[in-house]
Amino acid sequence: MMETRIERVLLQLIAPVVAIFFAALLAAAILHFTGADAGSVLGEVVAFGTTPASLVAVVNKATTFYLAGIAGAIGFRMLLFNIGIDGQYRLAVFFAAVVGASVSLPPVLHVTLIIVVAMAVGAGWAALAGYIKVTRGVSEVISTIMLNAVATGIIAYLLAPGRLAERAAGSNNIRTTPIPSSGWFPGFEVAGKEVFGFTLVAAALGIGFWILLNRTRFGFELRASGLSLRAAAVSGVNSKRMIFVTMVMSGAMAGLVGIPQLLGSSHQYGLDFPAGFGFTGLAIAILGRNHPLGVAFGALLWAWLERSSQILDLLGVSREIVTIMQATIVLSVVVAYEVVRRVNVRRQQKLVGRSEHVGIESGATA
Amino acid sequence: MRRQRTILLALVAILALAAATACGGESEDPTTTTAAPTTTAAPTTTAAPEPDFKVAVAYDLAGRGDGGFNDLAYNGAEQAAAELGLELTEVTAKAEDTDQDRSDRLRLLADSGHNPIIAVGFTYAGPVAEVAAEYPDVWFGIVDDGTVEAPNVAGLVFAEEEGSFLVGVVAALESETGHVGFIGGVNVPLIVKFEAGYIAGAKAVNPDIEITSTYLSQPPDFSGFNDPAKGKEAAKGMFDAGADIVYAAAGGSGGGLFEAATEGGYLAIGVDADQYHTAAPEVRDVIMTSMLKNVNVATHAFTTQVVDGSAQAGVNLFDLEAGGVGYSTSGGLIDHIVGEVDAYAEQIISGEIAVPATTG
Repeated sequence: MMETRIERVLLQLIAPVVAIFFAALLAAAILHFTGADAGSVLGEVVAFGTTPASLVAVVNKATTFYLAGIAGAIGFRMLLFNIGIDGQYRLAVFFAAVVGASVSLPPVLHVTLIIVVAMAVGAGWAALAGYIKVTRGVSEVISTIMLNAVATGIIAYLLAPGRLAERAAGSNNIRTTPIPSSGWFPGFEVAGKEVFGFTLVAAALGIGFWILLNRTRFGFELRASGLSLRAAAVSGVNSKRMIFVTMVMSGAMAGLVGIPQLLGSSHQYGLDFPAGFGFTGLAIAILGRNHPLGVAFGALLWAWLERSSQILDLLGVSREIVTIMQATIVLSVVVAYEVVRRVNVRRQQKLVGRSEHVGIESGATA
Repeated sequence: MRRQRTILLALVAILALAAATACGGESEDPTTTTAAPTTTAAPTTTAAPEPDFKVAVAYDLAGRGDGGFNDLAYNGAEQAAAELGLELTEVTAKAEDTDQDRSDRLRLLADSGHNPIIAVGFTYAGPVAEVAAEYPDVWFGIVDDGTVEAPNVAGLVFAEEEGSFLVGVVAALESETGHVGFIGGVNVPLIVKFEAGYIAGAKAVNPDIEITSTYLSQPPDFSGFNDPAKGKEAAKGMFDAGADIVYAAAGGSGGGLFEAATEGGYLAIGVDADQYHTAAPEVRDVIMTSMLKNVNVATHAFTTQVVDGSAQAGVNLFDLEAGGVGYSTSGGLIDHIVGEVDAYAEQIISGEIAVPATTG
């Protein structure tokens, strides 16, 4: 029994390893055909990607990616595609920035308030999509994409001088007023570079997600519904409630996506605030098989690729090669998981068949 | 099992869709991905190159190949680098970039011996301020921002409203319907400057003129700078509503305006570069003029000045007087009104006309 468990874990690990290897091979082939020296380019990329400064930057980036990945994973577990993470986190971080700048509170309370606002806005925005899904059967894919556009519109309207933002003289940027330092989330220094303090919170949230999934009744119902909504419903799970609650939880988590950046570095929302984390989050959730640890691995890998790609411009190689690599990894990991699953099924069938056979034989001789 | 497989398939399909939209958001022109050599080797014929200087250009989102802003920044820097026999390195940006990414990119350039470093776009303001303090011996130029105060940072800013005022004058003088249009790429303060100047110019000629304005996208969706289809749709709408001249300050989306104008027999005004020369040959006959934002003049001047030691920290304003903005006459459609337009230009330079930089 123990042996098969180890085997199963190994089989699980084979898929991502194969996928990464395949992607690296493809990247090397593209480099080769575009006339670059693949070996030396990859060597430089790895050398740059493993400097202490790079590793700190990777952890910071991965923190954001991880939160987006978990937000996606919560939805995926329930067969919900929360395409709206993008809109949810932008709206959440915008309002969190506005509220954070408009109050003055002691440090811990201030940060807590900002985080609560972000989670509430994200959850509320996702709840809209969840509500019309359970009451009107509107696909959350459609509604969340549309809500992304609405969120963009709301922010564009409010992020204007005289409304909730200001424009410094001589600047072409518009920003909310900065959050006072009592609302900053302190980081810690590693190798002379600051790591987001929120990284620890993200890790704790990952553990919380694991406990919720595997150690609570809600988690059991979530996993059961994710495997078969009808079977779960027949055994007494209120599927509408599950869909709504899952959507709200995914939205609350999405609300946190911009928080490491806001509380750890920018301290204000502006035109230069990073966008597009939502889609990255979905890719990372798939890469990590919606498992808290897998998503962490996916986030770190993604962040490392993004970070290491910075050197490519200086080597005279187009940075898009990393985008190709990321896409290849996600696609081949999906394929690899499916292949591994089939191999696994066949292997188990064989095992079961053999043990039954053995059982019959031993029964006959007795 | 079958159900799982269906889900898997749906998942892949949706991801592909998401990736497509995400790419759209990055507004990356396919031409930027063509493997243009990113390092321009110094011509060996130029004499005695300064060994200490290596030019770097860090682009804004749209990147090279936008046929305007970013390309102009490159042109100026490239020209200066070629004249002085310097190496030139280019680096690109992404929508997901944080300030830390931008700072690290600048540090990477500084560490690898680049000087001067030209950052294209206002999103680099914070990162330039941060990194310039760490590298006091390196000159930084930042296009479209005048907020960074450091002894080694030059803010290269333009009076877009002044140039836009002049093309607004052209539009009002040449419009037969008394109705003109403005298409902005993305609704950001920078583009509002174009709109404000254009409206002021048109109203200066004809106070009763009707002006329709629209923006193709809202931040942080910067696709409006590179979406010709959207630009065409917006332009068609304006022409259908009675406008006969439309001005697009929308980067690559302006191509859609030119198509719509060609198909409907209307006129168009280009932006940044003299688009009579940069647009597709089959549509250029509708381009009566272009508002010139001479980013190339700025990056060329800045690079040259850094090398000869005369670079000025602080705001380097490129206005009408300095030749930083203007209007083009290629194609000959407005030759008969050049005198009138130039009269307005003189009034702006002398200060008789103060052009607003914001609407409303």
